[in-house]
Amino acid sequence: MSEFLQLSDVLLFGAILFVLSLAGIFLNRKNLIIILMSIELMLLAVNTNLVAFSSYQENMHGQVFVFFILTVAAAEAAIGLALLVLLFRNKHSINVDDLSEMKG
Amino acid sequence: MGIEKVLFYVFALTAIIASLGVIGSRNPVRAALSLVLAFIATAGVWLLLQAEFLGIVLILVYVGAVMVLFLFVIMMLDINLTPLKEGFARYLPIGIMVALIVLAEMSLILNPNFFGLEIYTVPTALGAHDSNTKMLGQLLFTEYLYAFVLAAVLLLLSIVAAIVLTLRRRQQSEALYQNVGDQVRVQASDRLTMVKMPAVVRVKEVVQGADDE
Repeated sequence: MSEFLQLSDVLLFGAILFVLSLAGIFLNRKNLIIILMSIELMLLAVNTNLVAFSSYQENMHGQVFVFFILTVAAAEAAIGLALLVLLFRNKHSINVDDLSEMKG
Repeated sequence: MGIEKVLFYVFALTAIIASLGVIGSRNPVRAALSLVLAFIATAGVWLLLQAEFLGIVLILVYVGAVMVLFLFVIMMLDINLTPLKEGFARYLPIGIMVALIVLAEMSLILNPNFFGLEIYTVPTALGAHDSNTKMLGQLLFTEYLYAFVLAAVLLLLSIVAAIVLTLRRRQQSEALYQNVGDQVRVQASDRLTMVKMPAVVRVKEVVQGADDE
């Protein structure tokens, strides 16, 4: 075991976060709010990978990408929650199984 | 083991336990608060990786804005939780199986013994006068300027989209919204009514009083 923090430690941390959020989508597939939160957690894991590579390659472009991903994730959360509010107003439920009108 | 590695393990364990709380808790409020803890712990990891600006932005934007929005929506909606709790045990085996398979594949690749990631040596620590924010800003406002402007347009678009989606027209209470076309088309006769009043009543009383004397 190395004395210093290695790149693979951080990448494994990101992988564990990603896998946990993936399992969260499977386990809570009826609750739309938890699914949105799992997606946020997944984006966080991907961002952690980008930050780790950016730091270990001493290249700032990765952090610029993290900046843009944070922007897109904030916009996605705002619109997703607005859709959730609209859905609850029309159906009085946020159960994914109630969204079967398009028979997809 | 250096202090950085100890700190990394503390933050990483906190983040992993918190994300277990996100996916495992039945109460959405508890899940959102666990997600706040996961964000803060991950921001600590980012600070250890010398991404100071992004670590602070993660706390300010995510914990300060996005998670508060989540909590606001969760507490505003009156959600019936009982049908949402079904299926957790049913999907638990396949969820754990998929997670373990993906984790095993990822750790096969990311393991330094197999992939040789140890060629990336520990980055040199930045000096006291090297600013992460300055370096990020110099890149952002020169090379990525158009992308930066596009990101601003994207945020504006999401503001407009969120407002348009959740705007509710209440037909029964007219005071809550205004129709500009009706306001422009209005005539003076719609708002103002002239009333003819006889102005002679008081004069008659005065004349009667004079007769009594």
